[in-house]
Amino acid sequence: MERVAIIGASMTQFGQREAWLQELLAEAAIDCLEDAGVTGEEIEHLYVSNMASGEYEGQTGAVNALAHDIDAMPAYTQRVDQTSSSGGAGMFAAWQSVASGASGMTLLVGGEKMTHRTTAEATDVIASLTHRVEYKHGITLPSFAGLTARHYLERFDAPRESLGKVAEKNHRNGVDNPNAQFQKEVDLETILESPIVADPLRLYDFCPITDGSAALLFCPESVATEYADEYVVVSGIDGATDTHVVHERDDPTVMRGVVESGKGAYEMSGYGPDDIDVAELHDMFTILEFLQMEGLGFAEQGEAWKLIEEGYTERDTGEFPINTSGGLKSKGHPLGASGVAQAVEIYEQLMGEAGPRQVEADVGLTCNVGGFGNCVITTIMEAGQ
Amino acid sequence: MTMEATRYEDGSITYPGHPVGPNGSEPVETIDLSEYTAEVITWTTSTATPPGVREPNTMAIVEFDVSEASSDASSSRTQSGDESESVRVLGQVTTDEIETGDEVRPVYVEELREPGVGIREPESQDWDGYRFEPV
Repeated sequence: MERVAIIGASMTQFGQREAWLQELLAEAAIDCLEDAGVTGEEIEHLYVSNMASGEYEGQTGAVNALAHDIDAMPAYTQRVDQTSSSGGAGMFAAWQSVASGASGMTLLVGGEKMTHRTTAEATDVIASLTHRVEYKHGITLPSFAGLTARHYLERFDAPRESLGKVAEKNHRNGVDNPNAQFQKEVDLETILESPIVADPLRLYDFCPITDGSAALLFCPESVATEYADEYVVVSGIDGATDTHVVHERDDPTVMRGVVESGKGAYEMSGYGPDDIDVAELHDMFTILEFLQMEGLGFAEQGEAWKLIEEGYTERDTGEFPINTSGGLKSKGHPLGASGVAQAVEIYEQLMGEAGPRQVEADVGLTCNVGGFGNCVITTIMEAGQ
Repeated sequence: MTMEATRYEDGSITYPGHPVGPNGSEPVETIDLSEYTAEVITWTTSTATPPGVREPNTMAIVEFDVSEASSDASSSRTQSGDESESVRVLGQVTTDEIETGDEVRPVYVEELREPGVGIREPESQDWDGYRFEPV
């Protein structure tokens, strides 16, 4: 099986953009190809990670449109939808295409256009992934987060402030990310006094609604040196699912998709939690950062909040930086783009290109969560040799 | 109107039921949860609700103990592996005054949210069901 390298990466400005999906995808794709010195004609497989372009803007067939816009024809094209983990699922598809030998050059572009919708409409599109018995009660993904956060705080006697500190940290990191939707610090008092959205969680416990796109270029490691002196290798990647009906899970604080995808990625890479130097976790809601830290073995169950309180995950002073990009919380969450953008951040960290966000890292991890842990992709990356 | 949970060959119970149950087991019977009370496991009040949903919307995950409904309790296994038989359900709550550990009972409601206002096709599912009311 071919070792798979990443030789180019890009992301657009995240936030409220005038561009629609087709333009956002092309913007990231062209930047990524320029970063790698590769032309559209060299692409053999082209994947677009996107959750809901049909629902959000009435645009389907976006991947074919992109192939035409960047002159990638006659490349094989495929859209990848795995709700919020579409980006991670696209990573898996792109990795498979190269590792299997089916493609010698694969471009992955993730994107979503959301901000033209009201918050209620955007929330409902996302909530449409839920089971009928959940949807009719008006469940939303933020509501699942509120239910889980209350259970976590009560069961593990964790202080409400610890969740606020996740938001505070990630906003602080986002200040140094020029592509982040929010590039401003938010103090803990403001976070804890912001309006309630899903009790006990408040406005700053949630990521924003975002437009944006991100891209990565994959090829066999044997080919990578033809294009770049330095590159990144995908060391391990795996995906897993949990119950569609969230309340059927035995333990509301355990996301089996996180645990199982993490196990698979660790096994493939030969690395374990102690080997990971930096991680991008899916902090769509602050409570998710705790659940992923625990599910991936960075903390014991019920104890991630203590590491946050100790500053263990701080970018500049902590032993194990988490969400150096600002995370979904600060950077934004254009659904199909987020998993790709997580990997763009780890790529830049491993290449030494993260500027003021740079940390010392040889091995990095991303965890991209779809639904409320319904489907998860974990990826481990390291600098190429 | 009923709120039917499904029991499977291996004794596990889920709400809603599935064509194939946990551990690949077959459905064997249904249990009407509307006849039972339940305990609140966790709850939230959502203030940012989708189109057609009441605002605020208090919801809870509750756990029903249905051990007395077992046709053969000695051979039944629960989700958690203990002696009691339990099944969890998510639903709206009739009041904002709710706490973890409260006992609640199901109360029938003809329309939990307005069909056709949200993104989901109104004919694709039912919209009535049960809210949970503190006992």
